[in-house]
Amino acid sequence: MKTRILLLLFGLFALLAAPAQAALDAKLVAQLSAEDSDEKIAAIWALADSEDASEATRVLQSLADGSLKDPKGEDITINNRIRGELAAALASLRLFDADRAARLAAVKELQASADAKLFGVLVKALAQESDAEIKRLLSLVHAQVSLQSEDAKQRLVAVQALAAGNSPHTKSLLLGLLAKNGSAWAEPDAEVRRAATAALKQVESRLGTAENIGRVFSGLSLGSILLLAALGLAITYGVMGVINMAHGEFLMIGAYATFAVQGLFRSYAPGLLDAYVLAAIPVAFLVTALVGMALERLVIRHLYGRPLETLLATWGISLMLIQAARTLFGAQNVEVANPSWMSGGVELFGTMLPWNRIAIVAFSVGVLALMWAVLNLTRLGLFVRAVTQNRPMAGCVGVPTGRVDTLAFGIGAGIAGLGGVALSQIGNVGPDMGQGYIVDSFMVVVLGGVGQLAGAVWAALGLGVVTKFLEGWTGAVIAKIVVLVFIIVFIQKRPQGLFALKGRVVD
Amino acid sequence: MKRRIFVKTMAASVALAAMSMSSFSALAADTIKVGILHSLSGTMAISETALKETALMTIAEINAKGGVMGKKLEPVVVDPASNWPLFAEKARQLLTQDKVAVVFGCWTSVSRKSVNPVFKELNGLLFYPVQYEGEELEKNVFYTGAAPNQQAIPAVEYLMSKDGGSAKRWVLLGTDYVYPRTTNKILRAFLKSKGVADADIMEDYTPFGHSDYQTIIAKIKKFAGEGKKTAVVSTINGDSNVPFYKELGNAGLKATDVPVVAFSVGEEELRGVDTKPLVGHLAAWNYFQSIKNPENDAFIKMYRDWAKKQKLPKADTVVTNDPMEATYIGIHMWKQAVEKAKSTDVDKVIAAMGGQTFKAPSGFTIKMDEKNHHLHRAVFIGEVKADGQFNVVWKTKGPVKAQPWSPFIAGNDKKKDEPEGK
Repeated sequence: MKTRILLLLFGLFALLAAPAQAALDAKLVAQLSAEDSDEKIAAIWALADSEDASEATRVLQSLADGSLKDPKGEDITINNRIRGELAAALASLRLFDADRAARLAAVKELQASADAKLFGVLVKALAQESDAEIKRLLSLVHAQVSLQSEDAKQRLVAVQALAAGNSPHTKSLLLGLLAKNGSAWAEPDAEVRRAATAALKQVESRLGTAENIGRVFSGLSLGSILLLAALGLAITYGVMGVINMAHGEFLMIGAYATFAVQGLFRSYAPGLLDAYVLAAIPVAFLVTALVGMALERLVIRHLYGRPLETLLATWGISLMLIQAARTLFGAQNVEVANPSWMSGGVELFGTMLPWNRIAIVAFSVGVLALMWAVLNLTRLGLFVRAVTQNRPMAGCVGVPTGRVDTLAFGIGAGIAGLGGVALSQIGNVGPDMGQGYIVDSFMVVVLGGVGQLAGAVWAALGLGVVTKFLEGWTGAVIAKIVVLVFIIVFIQKRPQGLFALKGRVVD
Repeated sequence: MKRRIFVKTMAASVALAAMSMSSFSALAADTIKVGILHSLSGTMAISETALKETALMTIAEINAKGGVMGKKLEPVVVDPASNWPLFAEKARQLLTQDKVAVVFGCWTSVSRKSVNPVFKELNGLLFYPVQYEGEELEKNVFYTGAAPNQQAIPAVEYLMSKDGGSAKRWVLLGTDYVYPRTTNKILRAFLKSKGVADADIMEDYTPFGHSDYQTIIAKIKKFAGEGKKTAVVSTINGDSNVPFYKELGNAGLKATDVPVVAFSVGEEELRGVDTKPLVGHLAAWNYFQSIKNPENDAFIKMYRDWAKKQKLPKADTVVTNDPMEATYIGIHMWKQAVEKAKSTDVDKVIAAMGGQTFKAPSGFTIKMDEKNHHLHRAVFIGEVKADGQFNVVWKTKGPVKAQPWSPFIAGNDKKKDEPEGK
């Protein structure tokens, strides 16, 4: 009875105080621009509790976007603490949204930020919710909140429910229960602590799996980049025995081609901007392949059989290409933006897998398949394999070795250009970006065995995964050293690499 | 035969280069030469190119107002290409061949350490415009960026405060060289003095130009999930920041969960990044473009006009940042000191620098300390906004005196607060 009268009074007061915004207390809205964070937060939660949920959502959302003005007409600034509270308040409002996606996002947000004051809201939402997935998540959040309950039984139920969780936040909460504050436990009840230990074990094993999946995936992603960088080299080095120090610059040319295509799309077809990467693929391939063929015709052709001179000449060419890029595009890195469908990520078993990396793994699989098809199913591929195995014999039976060389070099360079397209999506695009990959590419080729696709694939993936696991334990700097030492030792023991060409090779 | 032609062409080109150089210096009799030593290529170009432009702009501004003591300033720009030994070579060239009166330059501490002996040997004068780790005080160098107590320590204190999120666990992440290592040494000692256990600190380094941050982000996520609020202190330098922040955004690590405070990331570095997923991550500096006051408005406008006039790439979106402001202050203070000393002689200018004041775009009249070659500067902490600018969420009441010898490193209490041999 009493509360009803109070409510009535409050409603009357609100009506009198704020005729313009029927349901929102103007005083609370004004309090949002307070200097003190605590006052702001109090106002946020009071607003979230108000009758007119849609209007409250609108005001709070504009505060979160930074577009809400204070009475003086200046933007109201918020810091991380307020941003967190704001996100939780907004999520608590959206738990009752008609749109399923909005509710799902809200409950995911609350997983990280819910606390005791949301208990009532959560109970209400649980009662209303019909979607199974959201309901499962809601009960997890509900359990998180009830951890703060006074009643040990409720806490016990909550801990048991949390055992089904898989977020790092759940682990934090359980660890918090098991922490010791001086001599007293954070959780006074021994029964609850036991349950928490058991739940922690389950959550940790799930998190451990997620971590390993993440590692393997980042290893695969690094491996696929190495593969794209090294595939072309595997051909040129394999077929012609040319140590091409300018190979890294082919990557750079591919990346700059992507940048140029992006620029063209920006100015002529802004509506199709998201598709620029697809258009960049053939462009990058053609441009780098042409540069590669020109290089082969003009320079490398005249240096066959003289590896040392080739090495020096191609190194010089790499410097020239870098300088050319610097003159054409400027010394600073250029910005290649991810198309929107490649931003963000997808969650799999509790690990976030970024779309751009997934796309690159898929892309490198595609390139590999194409390359295999060219080498094994076409006439050119047959010639290339023949020249690789035995150049004089191939020449004798009428294979035009000169033209095969040029074409093979062009294909190798073109594939490096494709690697450049991939690199532009995850790293920096600058004139000397290729320098960082040349050593890695050679490592892959040498480790895999010369002239072997399979070798390059296994070496690239192996190096990628091993590097990522090592990085997890030792840090990036040591990991690089360890990998290099491993390769040196490996090559001492097995100079032909993982896979050796079988057949009568004249060498 | 071929070789002889080669030798001949080489000789000819050397002679040509020498000729052009001598004619250049003959023209320049009535000017004061000023060296600009910033990487315009390589991994640091992302940060340093803007400083070269700022220096050229400030010199043009001074020249338009009549120069220094009636003489025009003549900039000599060299490109040390993010190559540390080349910095020393180029510094020597500036001091001995071009005979510049002063050099404005360097960004990374490793480049500064590489040129220090050159400036000492030839008694040159260097203005260093970037925040750094302290632990040095050279007679020939003026430091217009922040010392650790003017940037790193206040930033960490803020993250420990209630408004900063009351962080209890710390990830110290950096590029592998002297600045991050020393800063993290100081921060570790500071955190220990605040009662943070070693197990609650994770330190990790990546090489220059590193571009694959998947593992590190995964590690941070794991570390953050161990029961206490975690914050990341990033001393990553150069273009590695772009992939780092991209990965951070893709991995969905939000500032409300794990805030990242960076010491080498400003408006310029964020230009190449989509900042929408990064809202709320922090940076600590002595200047932000978003600070509102007449000096700053004028400074921003001057740089925008300059960018348009020089047709800089993407001139319509240029931004200003802390090291640019520090460069601007440094050049103006040097001008004031030269006018006070009535000479560009290095020793006289050094003597005249102490106590110089300048009304800076950060909104404070800041002072060069009488003794320790550092500026008294106010500290700001800003959060990244969706448009790549920063929102100041905390600041000191007034300028703070620099402590180049951090009290958190053992033995520093005995060191003098002024350079040797002054």
